[in-house]
Amino acid sequence: MENKDHNQNHQSEDLPQVLLLKPTPVMAVLGEHQFSSNKYQFLKAWESPLPLCQFLTKYANSIQAILCSGAASVTDDLLQLLPSVRLVVAASAGTNHIDLMACCRRGISVTNAGNVFSDDGADAAVGLLFDILRKISAADRYVRQGLWVKKGDYALGSKKKTFVSYPFYSNICELAADSDALIICCALTDQTRHMINKEVLSALGKEGVIVNIGRGAIIDEKELVRCLVEGEIAGAGLDVFEKEPDIPKQLLELENVVLSPHNAVFTPESFLALSELVVGNLEAFFSNLPLLSPVMDE
Amino acid sequence: MESIGVLMTCPPNFPYLVEELEKRFTLYKLQNAPDKTHFINSHKNSIRAVVGNAGFGADAELIDQLPKLEIVSSFSVGLDKVDLPKCKEKRIRVTNTPDVLTNDVADLAIGLMLAVLRRLCESDRYVRSGKWKKGDYKLTTKFTGKSVGIIGLGRIGMAIATRAEAFSCPISYYARTEKPDVKYRYYPSVIELAANCQILVVACALTEETHHIVNREVMNALGPKGVLINIGRGPHVDEPELVSALLEGRLGGAGLDVFEDEPNVPEPLFGLENVVLLPHVGSGTVETRKAMADLVVGNLEAHFFKKPLLTPVV
Repeated sequence: MENKDHNQNHQSEDLPQVLLLKPTPVMAVLGEHQFSSNKYQFLKAWESPLPLCQFLTKYANSIQAILCSGAASVTDDLLQLLPSVRLVVAASAGTNHIDLMACCRRGISVTNAGNVFSDDGADAAVGLLFDILRKISAADRYVRQGLWVKKGDYALGSKKKTFVSYPFYSNICELAADSDALIICCALTDQTRHMINKEVLSALGKEGVIVNIGRGAIIDEKELVRCLVEGEIAGAGLDVFEKEPDIPKQLLELENVVLSPHNAVFTPESFLALSELVVGNLEAFFSNLPLLSPVMDE
Repeated sequence: MESIGVLMTCPPNFPYLVEELEKRFTLYKLQNAPDKTHFINSHKNSIRAVVGNAGFGADAELIDQLPKLEIVSSFSVGLDKVDLPKCKEKRIRVTNTPDVLTNDVADLAIGLMLAVLRRLCESDRYVRSGKWKKGDYKLTTKFTGKSVGIIGLGRIGMAIATRAEAFSCPISYYARTEKPDVKYRYYPSVIELAANCQILVVACALTEETHHIVNREVMNALGPKGVLINIGRGPHVDEPELVSALLEGRLGGAGLDVFEDEPNVPEPLFGLENVVLLPHVGSGTVETRKAMADLVVGNLEAHFFKKPLLTPVV
């Protein structure tokens, strides 16, 4: 144990260090070698026997960047302990686990997944929409349970609307009222937390469906479950939940709901593209070149 | 018109269609008859029309038993269950329900592609069974940009191509002859098409020539990373070969809405997570079935009022 710390100490004299508080899914799947570079080295907090505070204090001067995902928040308190940090690299599209205001105040740049997740995220949203409107998973269950033979043809699926243009709505209730399907793909911020509430769901109505590939907390989950159970909306396709991986029990029993385990962007293609982007951002940073996917303040 | 007899050879499951027919004609429901031969015999002199669907039509034997038959109006676009040459020979008109179901079937084809590649049904099962609490689901595979090969570029095939293009999928196709104004790449054989695409979709009519058009060789050419989507007819695909190709990993996956012997689906498929199985719901939406029923009734009315048929095939 002492040896490991000594080794890390020895290495820190050579290359700048990038802190990992917890393993990120993309690194866990692709392996650390996918992220290696001659411009930096990783410092993995969970591999140290030291308690986190001590660990951070020990390496405070050599940690210049943080690589993080949703599992480990980057808070103002954390940044306070790491005065040498100038860059936070999010291995995700979402940055709601990062205190962006604190980063801004401290002059710390933040990068995220840029566009690498866009195709897969959009495909998943459309997939969930198809699934919920045409009951693909439910009908697949029906066949596998032998019910097509026992009970006969499957019940008819649902409405669709001809789509003409992309009108802008500044009011989400009005958008919901005019839509058959509401797709959530925005960031989770203080403004968007529980943005989809009782009023919006009511405006969406008994024949409306909702798809969420953003963050669970954008929707008032309790209210969503109540609306689904009571038939106040027609259905939902959900990739994200307020307290993953815990799902409200009532959702597990509903036929008019499709659930996926926060894997809307989990394809090898996306993960490889993300690893390249992460390495690209880190290398650019340590070479004093412009960042590839900086998060801009809106 | 109440005296005109219409024989419904398919199960009378869609109330709207049954009601609209009963308003205008005397409807004979073959599936409800305990003795079908006797039933047909008893009413043959008043039956002037047959209404069938994808599963039940009018074969040569039935046509021969109905001396007063003038028109077959199918509640489907596929007419593989109607003996078309026999109808031609006897000057019996035949109508189907094209166009109104094109969008739904094409939507479902894309839905199946997404469901198979992104493992939507399996992911849903993963969450419901509580497995997510024990760990993340594995990676699936990207749909956007995958090459799509379409067998048959008719109304439905074109609608699938248009949709897949929105996902940046390069499109290629096989048809009996190359289509002049089409920008997609043509392959003169199904095997070559299968060898050159990642997702192969069956979207042609079922005829003697296209029976088992997707056979062992085609599936091998599509390969261990290839996915077969069938929204045509079960007999387009050699089903036992399909099962063994999937079980042996020679074919990467399949999204199937149709089967050789519906509603029976080969049970070895039930345990496979790279397969999505649907109970022939391609056109199964409320709006489309209503529009199909309106076409069936509309065609019959047109015929008996001596007006031009709405959607004649023969």
